[in-house]
Amino acid sequence: MTTVEKMLFQKTGQRVRPGDIVIAPVDGLMATDTTAPGAIKAFEKMGGQRVWAPEKCALVIDHAAPAPNERIANLHRLMREFARQQGIRLFEIGEGICHQVMVEQGYVRPGYLFTGADSHTPTYGALNAFACGVGATDLAAVMLTGKIWLKTPATLRIRCHGQLRPDASAKDLILFLTGKVGIAGATYMAVEFEGEAFETMSLASRMCVANMTAEMGAKTGFVHPHGLKLPYPFEPIAPDADAEYAQTIEVDIGELPPQVAAPESPDNVHPIERYVGTPVHYGFIGTCGNGRLEDLQAAAQVLRGKRIPEGVRLVIAPASRSVLLDAMLDGTAHALVEAGATLITPGCGPCVGSHEGVPADGETVISAANRNFRGRMGNPRAQIFLASPATVAASILAGYITPPPSVEPGI
Amino acid sequence: MNNILRGRAHVYGDNIDTDRIIPGKYTKTLDVQSLAEHVLEDLDPDFRSRMQRGDFVVAGDNFGCGSSREQAPVALQTAGVSAVVARYFARIFFRNAINIGLPVLEIPDHDIAQGDELEADLSSGWVYNRTTGKTYQAKPLPEVMLRILQAGGLVNYLREHKTF
Ligand code: SF4
Repeated sequence: MTTVEKMLFQKTGQRVRPGDIVIAPVDGLMATDTTAPGAIKAFEKMGGQRVWAPEKCALVIDHAAPAPNERIANLHRLMREFARQQGIRLFEIGEGICHQVMVEQGYVRPGYLFTGADSHTPTYGALNAFACGVGATDLAAVMLTGKIWLKTPATLRIRCHGQLRPDASAKDLILFLTGKVGIAGATYMAVEFEGEAFETMSLASRMCVANMTAEMGAKTGFVHPHGLKLPYPFEPIAPDADAEYAQTIEVDIGELPPQVAAPESPDNVHPIERYVGTPVHYGFIGTCGNGRLEDLQAAAQVLRGKRIPEGVRLVIAPASRSVLLDAMLDGTAHALVEAGATLITPGCGPCVGSHEGVPADGETVISAANRNFRGRMGNPRAQIFLASPATVAASILAGYITPPPSVEPGI
Repeated sequence: MNNILRGRAHVYGDNIDTDRIIPGKYTKTLDVQSLAEHVLEDLDPDFRSRMQRGDFVVAGDNFGCGSSREQAPVALQTAGVSAVVARYFARIFFRNAINIGLPVLEIPDHDIAQGDELEADLSSGWVYNRTTGKTYQAKPLPEVMLRILQAGGLVNYLREHKTF
């Protein structure tokens, strides 16, 4: 059995094959200020009175937080009222991005079947959980019933050989793989990542990898649990040796240089050489892809003691309050702000174009986010390149796209 | 629900993502009319003035990729789109559309052109192109989705059945 088949077997007692439809009990759910208001309304229209298990539900105000206008302020109020009535935990503005908070606060654990009303819910595959993104009405149905119907996905296995170069991060790897698989290459599928490079990866880097399976169209993604360290004991669920895969991709990653995804799709990925010298106006580091402590540290390593030049700007949104606190404690936040970066509320920040830093017409953004679709950051006349936090920091310092220092491509 | 749909085709390409269907800056609302006002606005600025109630949105591969925002199918439905035809759909969009009662027809080999007059029979999955005389068979929906769509969406389905 593949990982996903094993997990569904544990949940339902059924031996499933790809394509089989199951109705499975869910271990937890989450909705954000983009999706919770619709889910709450749908729940009420379904005749819902009490959510099935308040302690397994969480609402997170992260996408437009603090509220940029009265319309969104009222949606936040609706969430707060619903959470209070139902006895659900609500994560307030500044507590962080839904996915980061769910992992930090233990709402999702290995082996869980988790549904999140957000497309990057597969991030929890870093944690050996089966997590998939759903829309608001699907989520309302889970709130009501504690169950979800699922089509068992086929599995795409990605085997990576070798270790990453010191100048290449988990983000460079997942950008590269997203370029290889394509924006629809894993549609309806589960993706499994295996290889020695993952075994030594931090949880943060594993989350960065699993996060972008959403950009391959996947239903869920798993990083092999080998080497995964968590602050509590757990039973890892790994695929059987004779598991059947729809496809296996083998890649050598030992020579992988830093990568960028060029406009206007996250699978438009190229080695950075191709774009070195492209002027940039605005850098962004954050998101559920790359807003964690190691990402801020990578940026600080580039920026410490330097000064972001005039004419460019750098916005940083820590993925959570806890990340921000850690970055304050170890001097990372100080180094970033001293270099001229703007630290904003832990949360989604400008990722989805709702607030806190919309680019102007004709501007080029270099971003550590996971999506660069046209209009993604709120302006269809701006263009967005995706890269690792170190590349974003280096590029903002230079004023043009450039790899992190001391590691020029090809040397 | 109405099983026979008729309307003209508005045809788009591959990988139309949800940011193009309804940009994230408009999604934080419960006012579905405001979603309809901005549907496809950057991709096809004339869509709203050209389209008539009951028309079809027709696309290539992977329609609706990107975010989980249910606002995307809601915006299309509220604007008056009767169904979406695509070679195939991104999975969350596909679920969301069925859940809100917007029919989605997956036709891997269609060659429907801009402005073609279409007729779709939801009970059989046949789509008839009145302009060219061709017919296409949409891939059948899984049983559970069919029940949800026939109920008019997941809200109605659960109001009636209480569980799956
Ligand atoms: S950080 Fe961006 S991609 Fe992640 S949940 Fe927030 S809006 Fe979505």
